[in-house]
Order: sequence, then C-alpha cells, then structure tokens
Amino acid sequence: MENVRVLEIKEDIASRNNEQAKSIRAELKEKKICFLNIMSSPGSGKTTLIVNLVNRLKDRYRIGVIEADIDSAVDAYTVAEKTGVKTIQIHTGGACHLTCQMSYDSLCALGVDDLDLVILENIGNLVCPAEFDTGATANLVILSVPEGDDKPLKYPLMFEVASAVAVTKKDVLPAFDFSIESAEKNVRMRKPDAPVFFVSAATGEGMDGLVSYVEGEIAKVAD
Amino acid sequence: MHELGIVVHVIEQVEKVAEENNVEKVARLSLEVGEVSSVVPDLFRDCFEWSKKKTKYLQDCELELIILEGLSYCQDCGETYKTTEYAKKCPHCGSYNTYLVTGNEINIKDIQVVTRT
Ligand SMILES: Nc1nc2c(ncn2[C@@H]2O[C@H](COP(=O)(O)OP(=O)(O)OP(=O)(O)O)[C@@H](O)[C@H]2O)c(=O)[nH]1
Ligand SMILES: [Mg+2]
Ligand SMILES: [Zn+2]
Ligand SMILES: [Zn+2]
Repeated sequence: MENVRVLEIKEDIASRNNEQAKSIRAELKEKKICFLNIMSSPGSGKTTLIVNLVNRLKDRYRIGVIEADIDSAVDAYTVAEKTGVKTIQIHTGGACHLTCQMSYDSLCALGVDDLDLVILENIGNLVCPAEFDTGATANLVILSVPEGDDKPLKYPLMFEVASAVAVTKKDVLPAFDFSIESAEKNVRMRKPDAPVFFVSAATGEGMDGLVSYVEGEIAKVAD
Repeated sequence: MHELGIVVHVIEQVEKVAEENNVEKVARLSLEVGEVSSVVPDLFRDCFEWSKKKTKYLQDCELELIILEGLSYCQDCGETYKTTEYAKKCPHCGSYNTYLVTGNEINIKDIQVVTRT
C-alpha cells in the first residue's frame, strides 16, 4: 500500500553551516592553528598574494594552503611550485561557494596538526562565499584596484564578514579611476574596525603591513 | 551560479532524510526563502528541475517556494521597516544603525514522502 506523509525537516541551511563552523573554529583554536580564509572576485589576485605572503612567512611558521576551485587545479600547482609548502586542491563540482563540510574535509585531507597557519583560497565570488562560514579564524577580503572602489557598497555582506581588507594591484592605480579614500570609507561603512591594507603583490609595496597583520592573527590563536 | 550550489546542498540533505526514513519517493519539497537571501526563485527552480533528474528519490518532486519578507530593525529609534524598500537606511529616523531581522533565510521546511508498506 502507498502511504503519503509529511516529514518535518526545519533545517536552516545557513544555521547548520554556522554551527559546524563554530565547532571547527573551536577545534583549531584548541590546536593553536590559524585558519585564514581569503575571498575576492575572480582574478583579484588571491593566488598571487598567497604566494607572496607564504614566501614572506614560511621561514618562521609552518604553513599549508588549500586551493578551492570549481573545476581546475592550476592554482594549487602555482602555489606548490612557487612556495614549496604543502598545498592541496579541492573542487566544488560546479558550485560557486564552499560549504563548511567541504572546508572541514579539506583540512583533514591537508593534515593540519603540524601547522601554524592554513590559508584557504576560496572560490572567486563576492556573493555567496560570504554567506557560508568556513570555520576560518580570520577572513581576509581582497579588492583589486581595477574592480573599482565601490565594491563594498555593492557587496555589503562580503565586507561585513571581513576581518581585514587588502586592496591589491596598487601599482596600477594611475591607470584607473580608483580613490583610496573612497575605498577606505566604503569599507568602513560595512566594517568600521577592519584594518585596510593597500598593497601590490607585483612590486611588494605595502606587503610588510599585511604580513604583520597575518602574524598578529597567528599570535591570537597561539596564546 | 550560486543557486546551483544551494540546490545541490538542499538535495543532498533531502536525499539523506529520504534514505534514513526508507521512503520510496519524495513528492513535494517545501523551502522557505528569504526575500533578501541570495537566492533568486526563478533561477532556483530551473536549477532544481535540472538537478532532480539525477537524484534517487526526487525524480518527480514538486518544489514549493515560500517567500519570507525582509524586515530590518533600527537600533536608534526602535522601529521595524521593509528591507527591500529602504535597505540599510531607516525610513523613520534616517539612521544606518540597523540590522536585518528576517529575510535572509534558506530553510528546508518539510517534505511530503511516499512510502510503501
Ligand atoms: N599589476 C598587478 N597585477 C597583479 C597583482 N596581483 C595579481 N596580479 C595579476 O592579476 C591576475 C590574476 O591574479 P591571480 O592571483 O591569479 O588572481 P586570483 O584571484 O587567484 O584569480 P582566480 O583564482 O581565478 O579567482 C594575474 O595576471 C596576476 O599576475 C598586482 O599586485 N599587480
Ligand atoms: Mg586563484
Ligand atoms: Zn554560491
Ligand atoms: Zn530609525
């Protein structure tokens, strides 16, 4: 006989993800591991910045990198080749964001117990990665000069979840109608207390400030 | 596309519940979607129709989307207002010191299932 009935699920997708993220964060803090989630639009310079940061930090800290991509593995090869640190590539299979489960699985796949810092390159997208907490201990949001200084107004949530913002490709400033003051003001509207760094991964300008920031985040979980 | 990622996630959850409850198929899925969540209902439907064909239990599943209104609360004057009309700025006092109360959710409410005994 056929029976029809209703099963209550009442599951808020975001809240389930948030719960899981909280427990990952607690576990990482327990193990004194800093987990830095890097988010931006496609092509803003995440991979280039990661290579740069890792090379400036790797003598003092044990670092691992997780590269998330919809389908390719180019970024992981680039990072592994240019930094020499432990790097894995994960695929979202078409999806434009990483759920906390994927983030957890990739931490396990990477093996983090012997690390001080894990850097995650999230999917290039300013919308939904902001809605899915990865369990990171800090979110670094990247905005590149060619994208324009109004992005924090158009993608409010991304900047609200930022622990810090790095404005990259500062070297191309003369070629674009981009105001440093407006960019900073627009970030402040979304996240008054987030530090904003203006850097160029190409010339190295401003990188020291960003490196100190990351060291501060590592220190925060270490004590 | 964002909707596809959400659809995949929703389908995974529902398939799990279906499996655990020994159902034959899921006839209807009710989902509550906030007005200012990042889900566009039409796109969500398209992704759902496309994805359900590859599932075990949702082949004939009908999708019900229940839209929840977006409401914001002003911390300066204590009033509540419609988020879609005024966004971050309170229409009562002009303050930006406001936050979203409802309208950002994506909830799997319930499913109607068919079991055979
Ligand atoms: N001029 C300049 N170019 C840069 C800078 N940083 C990155 N680029 C260039 O920007 C392009 C994209 O850089 P990626 O690091 O691949 O950007 P991404 O955010 O990882 O890109 P996706 O992973 O595809 O989202 C490359 O051609 C880089 O060489 C910079 O500081 N200055
Ligand atoms: Mg990249
Ligand atoms: Zn998404
Ligand atoms: Zn008000």
